[in-house]
Amino acid sequence: MTSLTLNEVVADYGKGRVLGPLSLTLSPGEHVALVGKSGAGKSTLLDLMYTHWRHQNAALIPQQLGLVDTLSTFHNVYMGGLSRHSTCHNLITLARPFRRDVADISPLLERLEIADTCWNRAGELSGGQRQRVAAARVLYQAGSVLLADEPVSSLDGPQAASVMAALTDTYATAVLAMHDVELALRFCDRVIGIHQGTIALDQPSRRLTTRDVLPLYES
Amino acid sequence: MWQSASIRLSLAFVVVALGCLLYADFQISTANPWQELARLALGLVTPDLSAVDYLGQAVVRTLAFAFVGVTLGAVSGFLLALCFRHALVRGGCAFIRAIHELFWALLFLQCFGLHPLTGVLAIALPYAGIFAKVYAEILDEADPGPAHALPHGCRSLSGLAYTRLSQAWPHLVSYTAYRLECGLRSSAVLGFIGMPTLGYYLESSFAQGHYSSVGALLLIFYVMIATLKLWARPRLLPFYLVAAPFLLGSGLPIAWSNITRFVTQDIVPLPLRSGEGMAGLGAWLGDLLANQALPGIINTLLLTQIALVLTGALALVLFPLVSRHFTTRLSGSAGHLVLVILRSTPEYLLAFILLQLLGPSMLPAVVALAIHNGGIIGHLVGQRSNTLTLRPDAPNGIARYAYEMVPRLYGPFLALLFYRWEIIMRETAILGILGVATLGFFIDSAIQEIRIDSALVLILITALLNLGIDSLARRLRARLRLRYSASRQGC
Repeated sequence: MTSLTLNEVVADYGKGRVLGPLSLTLSPGEHVALVGKSGAGKSTLLDLMYTHWRHQNAALIPQQLGLVDTLSTFHNVYMGGLSRHSTCHNLITLARPFRRDVADISPLLERLEIADTCWNRAGELSGGQRQRVAAARVLYQAGSVLLADEPVSSLDGPQAASVMAALTDTYATAVLAMHDVELALRFCDRVIGIHQGTIALDQPSRRLTTRDVLPLYES
Repeated sequence: MWQSASIRLSLAFVVVALGCLLYADFQISTANPWQELARLALGLVTPDLSAVDYLGQAVVRTLAFAFVGVTLGAVSGFLLALCFRHALVRGGCAFIRAIHELFWALLFLQCFGLHPLTGVLAIALPYAGIFAKVYAEILDEADPGPAHALPHGCRSLSGLAYTRLSQAWPHLVSYTAYRLECGLRSSAVLGFIGMPTLGYYLESSFAQGHYSSVGALLLIFYVMIATLKLWARPRLLPFYLVAAPFLLGSGLPIAWSNITRFVTQDIVPLPLRSGEGMAGLGAWLGDLLANQALPGIINTLLLTQIALVLTGALALVLFPLVSRHFTTRLSGSAGHLVLVILRSTPEYLLAFILLQLLGPSMLPAVVALAIHNGGIIGHLVGQRSNTLTLRPDAPNGIARYAYEMVPRLYGPFLALLFYRWEIIMRETAILGILGVATLGFFIDSAIQEIRIDSALVLILITALLNLGIDSLARRLRARLRLRYSASRQGC
């Protein structure tokens, strides 16, 4: 896989500039944590990355998760693989899933501890369960790079860690917007700090401690 | 109170309607309307099922036409909804639904004769226009998030099925089921122009003065609509859909020469057919506009405005019947029954019955329109009132009605009334077929006299009038910021 780059990108909202201009390069095999205050531009940067890299099979966990409430957990996860199957296969699956696909998806659900909700509609699930469904979807998608916006924000400690482990195991290359700095340092090897729409910090995480990141959240 | 734009607008409508009353023709021409009414009431309480020949067949045909027509309309409407962004599709759909199904039926009758295709297309075509609009609105309301997160390279059909369609599915199903009920009414009414459905038998029973069979037919019609939810189960639907096309009956065979004649001769304006050229066409058109279109438009507008205000007044009186803030469990159920009967009687059927009782004038038409539409709006406003929570020490009775309910419900009420304005006008035009001098009267006479060219021009004028009222109503709604979910407004 070639490296992923953004070159002097900007994002405007209305008349004001929300982000940029900024450039960054992502090397294959890198797990990058995006940190910064809310409103600093993390989600906007992720959106920009997705627009630029979508065609290279980027997988996305948006902040709103993008689940279809009327479909079951299984179908929501299966949506990660829609482009791998024929239209006909997809339409039949909507009415009656194939045993092979269920067998593929069940281990993912078990790993994320949501196997018991496999046939429940996504609209009936709790916030934490929904977040894990979205995670299972990108695991099943197995794209080239993962772009995730606060993928574990509604999960408690051990669960958050296990979902982070699953995501970083499956995706060699990933950009994850995080607000939990400790978790970010533990699972990512590079930290990019965003402040007022620009890159304020870009360091390998082994050189950083929680205290180095905290200034980003002040003022 | 006078500062409120909604109140001032409402009063303006009332004043216009009062003005229209001066020019409207209201008279009771039958010798003894009460006696007629008493005979009808007697017929309703002594229904005689055995008096109607082929009763079962009439019921089966009514169901079959509704099923086939609505299915065709839903499928083509759905396909149109997918490309509803194109101005051409949007405009085309607005146009085909601006023409009432009975006018479509009158036109198709000239092409296909009494073949089932006439009835099926008459339902399917305008319904496709309505389905396209409402389906497109429902699909647009779906959350775009899931579609954004789809993997790259996903086929558009798969993506559509899993994201927008899956989210919208429950709404699409409930709207379609609701339209099936409308289809049953349309199907029954098509009998009045010769299709073998309930309306056909109703008309002939009336003509022969068999009030007991009239009673039986009406009761069967209500039972059919009231029990719709019991037998139209999702699991049974495929079976109905497969069976329905075979139960339409064979009717009379299509004469292909009729279709050719219709397209190449009938609809060509007379002066062009007889080689009088453009000068002749101008004179022909001027004559048509002055002597038929203009009086038709004036009467249609008069009747529409009076019926609209009466509908509103009736809805405001009726809605407490189904509001939990005014009724107990028992009286609430009774109220529901009354409103179900009012709104599920097609206005055409009501007008037909009232016309038999009161004789031809605008009165039966206005009363029929107000009863049917007032029942629908009253029901919807009542439902809306049930979502309101009152403080525990809220006043009761008239004070509750005037201070707690009406001020809160007036916005949605007015929105609904403006939505129905165009529908009321479409129905007003159609009631002309029964002899009231609205546009439908001139269209029907033109067709009787085989002046299809004139009928077509008049139908186009009716459609344009409907489109005009629709856009006026939309502008008024936007100015007063009135909104109401589009997918449940009644037929």
